[in-house]
Amino acid sequence: MLLLTCPHCGVSGEETEFAPGGEAHITRFGPGSSDDEFTGYLFGRKNPKGVHFERWRHAYGCGKWFHAARSTVTLEVYGTYLATERPPQPILDRIAKRGAK
Amino acid sequence: MRRYSAFAVAGEALGWHQGWERAWGSPEPRSEYDVVVIGGGGHGLATAYYLAKNHGVTNVAVLEKGWLGGGNTGRNTTIIRSNYLQEPSAAIYELARGLYEDLSQQLNFNVMFSPRGVMMLCQTEHELRAMRRTAHANRLAGIETEMVSPEQVKKICPIIEISGPRYPVLGGLWQPRGGTARHDAVAWGYARAASDLGVHIIQNCEVTGVDVEGGHVTGLRTTRGAIRTRKVAAVVAGHSGVIADMAGFRLPIESVALQALVSEPIKPCMDIVVMANTVHGYMSQSDKGEMVIGGGADGFNNYNQRGSFQHIEETVRALKETFPMISRLKMLRQWSGIVDMTGDRSPILSKTPVEGFFVNCGWGTGGFKAIPGSGWAMAGLVANGEDPVAGPFSLERFREGRMIDESVAAAVAH
Repeated sequence: MLLLTCPHCGVSGEETEFAPGGEAHITRFGPGSSDDEFTGYLFGRKNPKGVHFERWRHAYGCGKWFHAARSTVTLEVYGTYLATERPPQPILDRIAKRGAK
Repeated sequence: MRRYSAFAVAGEALGWHQGWERAWGSPEPRSEYDVVVIGGGGHGLATAYYLAKNHGVTNVAVLEKGWLGGGNTGRNTTIIRSNYLQEPSAAIYELARGLYEDLSQQLNFNVMFSPRGVMMLCQTEHELRAMRRTAHANRLAGIETEMVSPEQVKKICPIIEISGPRYPVLGGLWQPRGGTARHDAVAWGYARAASDLGVHIIQNCEVTGVDVEGGHVTGLRTTRGAIRTRKVAAVVAGHSGVIADMAGFRLPIESVALQALVSEPIKPCMDIVVMANTVHGYMSQSDKGEMVIGGGADGFNNYNQRGSFQHIEETVRALKETFPMISRLKMLRQWSGIVDMTGDRSPILSKTPVEGFFVNCGWGTGGFKAIPGSGWAMAGLVANGEDPVAGPFSLERFREGRMIDESVAAAVAH
């Protein structure tokens, strides 16, 4: 069972309070991009066995989107951050400290 | 290979059953093969078997990182059906279901195929209409299914509560020749038959790298040494993304955990498979008497073979309404498998950006039923570079927008 903390309202809850939204930080390709870029944006996924940066929505709380860094193997949550941010350094440090890939 | 038969059993009985040979060989890997299949589950073993049987390609190795059928082949709820909506799906799933009919004879291994019938319940108006459409599509595709009334549902499976209260049964899509088979035996049967045709089955051999030169695959690095080959078929379900990463491309796949559970064994009470898709649950009774229950998948990427507790709770709660008699059953055990989901819920049997590197993946929550058809089509694709059944399932469909949309028709808890 995942425990997540919403960076907007600061509320911690287990996963039933949140809705998963898939891989984060996907570059959006629009008009003018090549077919390969657009296909990659729509369908290509890292799907890593290890650290995954992903989107979540606080569905039964404040309703806002945010990002989480999580291991898809151990299900450890390294931290959550705002959807407008790149992964913050403290979270990256925590991942490095845990020796995760 | 010595044939299994009643005479063989009787003969062996005289010698206290000490004379049986091993069902498949356990050779040391050669340094080079014509084709290497990664993944010793049902799909991988079937691919190797049909490569040897249909196409005469016998210099084949199947590499398995654990033991045969230890992944999703041994974790599914063993349901076999072919009542899919779209034509390409109907073709491959019905090919598979047809092959299951006499698979035990073909492989000389009892896979315990039991065409006991599969009932998909319609518990909302919308579902009823969708299933009617599927029944018509099935008729056009030559698949034997029919819509039945709530009364017929009750007659076929008396333990179903058809009057609700929340989700009354409004009808059912009935496939009388659907059913179940023993999933381990499917893997073992293909392994034994493939081994007999000269295929090398190599267990405890994990692929750690893919060698690509000039855009063409040239070999694999494994925990048991390097193996040279010009053709690779990656048939690794939930770990397809990991293998694709080694080969240097991405797949439109996300891996999630799908759960199932079984109850304590009880006396026979249900001789068909029932799928209740609105409430996300399906159930059948195993030969041992356990109720085998399949549930929902987690929504987030996951490689650990445990699932979230609330999905078990949801599944059991939902099924209890349709099957009130299970309310006091004790559940014996629960497990999950890592399934590879595509956007349109249809599989991928395809060439890839790396020449000579083929993938068979994306079966998501429903791969077991397709094993013979999948292996058949994949063998054609690998041997000839194209296959009429596999064709529509290429990776190109995502680029070209030719989705094979089964997210409604496949209907199980996605």
